[in-house]
Amino acid sequence: MQDAIPPAAAVAPEIPDAEGAAWQHVLLARHAQRPNLLDWLALLVTDFAELHGDRRFGDDPAMVAGLARFRGREVLVVGQQKGREIKDKLRRNFGMAQPEGYRKAMRLMRLAEKFRRPILTFIDTNGAYPGIEAEARGQAEAIAFNLREMSRLRVPVIATVTGEGGSGGALAIAVGNRVLMMENAVYSVITPEGCAAITWRDPSMKARAATALKPTAGEMLSLGLIDEVVPEPEGGAHCAPAAAAASLSAALERHLEELGRMSGDALVQDRYERFRRMGSGFGS
Amino acid sequence: MSWFRREDKLLPPVPDKRVRTEGLWLKCEGCRSIIWKKDLAENLNVCPRCQRHFRMSARERLAMLLDDGGYEELDAQLASTDPLAFVDLKPYAERLRQAQETTGMADALIWARGRLEGRPVGVCAMEYGFIGGSMGAVVGEKIARAAEAAAERREPLIILSASGGARMMEGAVSLMQMGKIAVALARLDDAGVPFISVLTDPTTGGVTASFAMLGDLNIAEPGALIGFAGPRVIEQTIRQKLPPGFQRSEFLLEHGMLDAIVPRKELRAWLARALAFLAAPERVPLVQWIPDRAPQGGPEPDAGRAPDRVLDARSRL
Ligand SMILES: [Zn+2]
Repeated sequence: MQDAIPPAAAVAPEIPDAEGAAWQHVLLARHAQRPNLLDWLALLVTDFAELHGDRRFGDDPAMVAGLARFRGREVLVVGQQKGREIKDKLRRNFGMAQPEGYRKAMRLMRLAEKFRRPILTFIDTNGAYPGIEAEARGQAEAIAFNLREMSRLRVPVIATVTGEGGSGGALAIAVGNRVLMMENAVYSVITPEGCAAITWRDPSMKARAATALKPTAGEMLSLGLIDEVVPEPEGGAHCAPAAAAASLSAALERHLEELGRMSGDALVQDRYERFRRMGSGFGS
Repeated sequence: MSWFRREDKLLPPVPDKRVRTEGLWLKCEGCRSIIWKKDLAENLNVCPRCQRHFRMSARERLAMLLDDGGYEELDAQLASTDPLAFVDLKPYAERLRQAQETTGMADALIWARGRLEGRPVGVCAMEYGFIGGSMGAVVGEKIARAAEAAAERREPLIILSASGGARMMEGAVSLMQMGKIAVALARLDDAGVPFISVLTDPTTGGVTASFAMLGDLNIAEPGALIGFAGPRVIEQTIRQKLPPGFQRSEFLLEHGMLDAIVPRKELRAWLARALAFLAAPERVPLVQWIPDRAPQGGPEPDAGRAPDRVLDARSRL
């Protein structure tokens, strides 16, 4: 059996800039003044009407969804809302959704499918909430269900990571035909702090962990995991939110235009192919 | 080099090496009694006194589950390419090499075809001994292929999970495996081919939050740790101790997350019973037009409502 196993890849080179650029990206993605979901919506859409509740248990303020008009189109918007000042942050659980948040998102995405409206999702979360109640109410099931059901929505779905794309809690609203990342957003399987705690048993190694995880928009694009990096103004989106939103708006319009010409079957097929090839380059 | 391997013989249930180095006895953490390892092995790694379920390797599970312990392994040589060239305390490539040497496997999952009480099935078994059973691109690819093959052959799929979740050392590539498997399982679901998820100790993180919770039936072994977040992460987040029994199979059953808890000894029979229900040979029409029961002098069924037009309960919008 031993000789049947192909040799593992050669030892990786020494990590460049261990203190560096990746961690700066993480800090920018979490910047206190960075536009949050409601800020983006105020700049991107009109006539926003928020819709609440999962019809099962409750309403999760960490997940916001509603009807909106985007450049003359009726769209459904969905995303995590981290909150701004401390009271709002606590109410929104810092953008870490409970199972009912994911179930609300799915309920409304199906509503959009029924009435043939495109779906725009905006991802900004540290991850799904890890708590006793969340586990009891099926956090894992809620996320898993969304992954499968999003994949067969018969309307265009465009997911944009605007801030932090934290693991399964991010992916649970990001199974899109297109997945975009803002230039200073990050997307990762685990937070750098979590990674550092597990591997180095030392949270202060977070900058090194950030480098190792390759979470930046540019790295995600070169790994073939996202479709486009949306440029941000000099200094980051918080320096010129309107310009950042204009940049995102143009990208969303372009993709909606393309996807709008596809049938329901073609959209499902497209989403299937997009995710099916993720990390499938084994040369076999 | 063959891509397929046939396992004809039942493998020894417990590695001999461990018995020699650790002695012939061990203490059960469940009932604190001293058990002879041979008794444990002969009892499918279940404590004869308190029924505590000890962990099993992927190969032991397949041998236990499938007829005559035989199966045909597929894509056994699929190995990680270390897409991030990941290094922490040591290079991931080195961790891979060590895990491959210890387990004799190329990655953390065996995909195989075999028979369960005569019925052909596809089975994926995760190996916790391979980097904590973590899911990287290889695990994702094998499960996606297994789901596609199951749909094509119309043979049920069984996945035995034992995993700490996504493999951190493959970064977002491992995260995306959750999506890759979910899209493949959506197609299996569309095809109406059964998928049974068997959760064993431990099943957490991105594995629970993707395929392990997407079975037509989700069942677990007694006492298995099952959850989204790991207990340590939750304790650190909420800054309090977790209640006893939290995130164990029985807790999940009580909260409606599992169809059943099935002891290891009964698993084969239970799965065979369930598959008899799920694996209908073809779809049965729920409603049909029976022409000779039409009322006398009533309107003839028109072309659009031909007798063979049936309502299919599974069809979507
Ligand atoms: Zn015992």
